[in-house]
Amino acid sequence: MAERLLMKGNEAIGEAAIHAGCRYYFGYPITPQSELTAYMARRLLKIEGAAFIQAESEIAAINMVYGASAAGGRVMTSSSSPGISLKQEGISYIACAELPCVIVNIMRGGPGLGSIQPAQGDYFQATKGGGHGDYHLIVLAPSSVQELVDLTIKAFDLSDKYRNPAMILGDGLLGQMMEPVQFKEFNKKSIPAKEDWALGSSKGREARRIVPFNLDPNELEKLVNEIGQKYQDIQKEVEYEVFNIDNPDIIIVAYGIVARIVKTAIQKAKKEGINIGLIRPITLYPFPGAAIEDIASKVEKILVTEMSLGQMVEDVKIAVNGKAKVSFYGRTGGVVISPVEILEEVKRLLK
Amino acid sequence: MKKVFAKPKSLTEIPFTYCPGCHHGIIHRLIAEAMNDLDITKETIGIAPVGCSVFAYLFFDCDMIVAAHGRAPATATGIKRVKPDNIVFTYQGDGDLASIGTAEIVHAANRSEKITVIFVNNAIYGMTGGQMAPTTLEGQVTQTSPYGRDPKTMGMPIRICELLSTLNSPAYIARVALTKPAYIVKAKKGIQKAFQYQIDGKGFSLVEVLSTCPTNWGLSPKEANEWLEKNMIPYYPLGEFKCVEEGILNVR
Ligand SMILES: Cc1ncc(C[n+]2csc(CCOP(=O)(O)OP(=O)(O)O)c2C)c(N)n1
Ligand code: SF4
Repeated sequence: MAERLLMKGNEAIGEAAIHAGCRYYFGYPITPQSELTAYMARRLLKIEGAAFIQAESEIAAINMVYGASAAGGRVMTSSSSPGISLKQEGISYIACAELPCVIVNIMRGGPGLGSIQPAQGDYFQATKGGGHGDYHLIVLAPSSVQELVDLTIKAFDLSDKYRNPAMILGDGLLGQMMEPVQFKEFNKKSIPAKEDWALGSSKGREARRIVPFNLDPNELEKLVNEIGQKYQDIQKEVEYEVFNIDNPDIIIVAYGIVARIVKTAIQKAKKEGINIGLIRPITLYPFPGAAIEDIASKVEKILVTEMSLGQMVEDVKIAVNGKAKVSFYGRTGGVVISPVEILEEVKRLLK
Repeated sequence: MKKVFAKPKSLTEIPFTYCPGCHHGIIHRLIAEAMNDLDITKETIGIAPVGCSVFAYLFFDCDMIVAAHGRAPATATGIKRVKPDNIVFTYQGDGDLASIGTAEIVHAANRSEKITVIFVNNAIYGMTGGQMAPTTLEGQVTQTSPYGRDPKTMGMPIRICELLSTLNSPAYIARVALTKPAYIVKAKKGIQKAFQYQIDGKGFSLVEVLSTCPTNWGLSPKEANEWLEKNMIPYYPLGEFKCVEEGILNVR
């Protein structure tokens, strides 16, 4: 049995990445994820053949990721909201070139410089592409430090499997909190060989080219369609958690740290004879739309709670497709939702 | 009959896409000759920029990748850190390197990334149709400096070799031109030396090549060569700016 360690969220992501064979990290400091960059420096600078660079900017960092991934490296970068905005051009290039990598976004309040407090305002940016053009990231939303570990490892595997960038979408609270974690035995064989496509020595084979553009509209359409087909395949990777869904008075949909807060609200509600069910998307892209639709036919009311003005609620409404009444409750700007206010909102809706 | 001149093997059979009289083609050839002479073609990974030379990925017979506009030094950094035994070069225009990608080139040079940069300075943006570049000369008319570049509002043309030479870290920095056979011989030597520096692990190397853009300068190829000699070389002096033979670690 692997030993249990008490770790801070951000550092747990770093250790998980190294555990998963990540040997290249390029980043730029930003609150509330700076501990992750520092952790990668501490660890990678001591590993022979690995590389850590504090890049001159997020733009440089993501383009280092692009190069490292093209050369076959298992590579990660991380940032928080404004920094992720700067990375978007590079992420779009990586998606077009069909290269794997992991991008961590420990969200803070926004827009603009916003605040350094936790928020979930980057849902649209993360799940709808974020950069220019037709593409998606694989987006995983942990809600505990243990999940930061497990989903970081999973993000590397999925990004390699589909040759598509994967994002860990957490928030400042998750990055900063400490919880016990376990690192399971890691099977290094899960890192696929990249010799059949990565750049390197071309001795004994044709030269390879990684080209994220095509000026011929028909050819580009073909490429975008091929990438689009990959998104169809990715749908089978949907993951979600359901909690307390037998005979609920109402179902709440929430992800990440907010889902944990909802669980506390559920305990409080029980004491008052109110039965709240929870469905928590773990993969935000692919989105568990079918599961939500399924549950919608069993309840009258669905409440979506987010630390934003309401972003995921749009995907929930599409999934529910009129089968239940969907309402929204959110706090934004870095204000953390409390279990009490969630319960009040539920009571108001059930009245 | 004895063959005295042939296409270097490091170039593919694909015909260049450059305008008549444009120096990009000569520069490609010199890089390919250097790769041949040093016998590194199969070990080399090239990075094409965004600009007229975006198609460079088609022309070199080594592994190639196209970087985002200005970001080639960062992309090269990522590649070289994963594959330190490969030779990595970027090929960048002046809009790419001296405008949008200034931060990337300065910091790659300052980290002395063991990469080779071929910097093509044609004093204008070619691909997008002749707008002002940071290297556009004082008074030079372009699409976006229609009354001539006015230093009072547009700044003076940036001298990249001089700028980067103020840094301690880079190992080799030189500026060359191609308007005369004697210049071409020197340019070839400079490019070869830049690659040799990388092979020897000495650090960052960059060769700036003064280049023509007859199309956007609105000149014939011959006039373009004359314009380059008369206007560019006096402002962008040729020569080696930095040549740290021992490699950076020994000069600190
Ligand atoms: C982010 C971004 N901004 C702008 C462009 C448009 N663009 C393409 S090439 C170019 C200028 C290239 O000029 P230069 O680097 O001097 O190369 P040249 O074409 O002269 O060889 C620009 C601005 C782009 N592709 N990407
Ligand atoms: S536009 Fe200028 S730089 Fe571009 S290929 Fe033509 S001559 Fe060369």
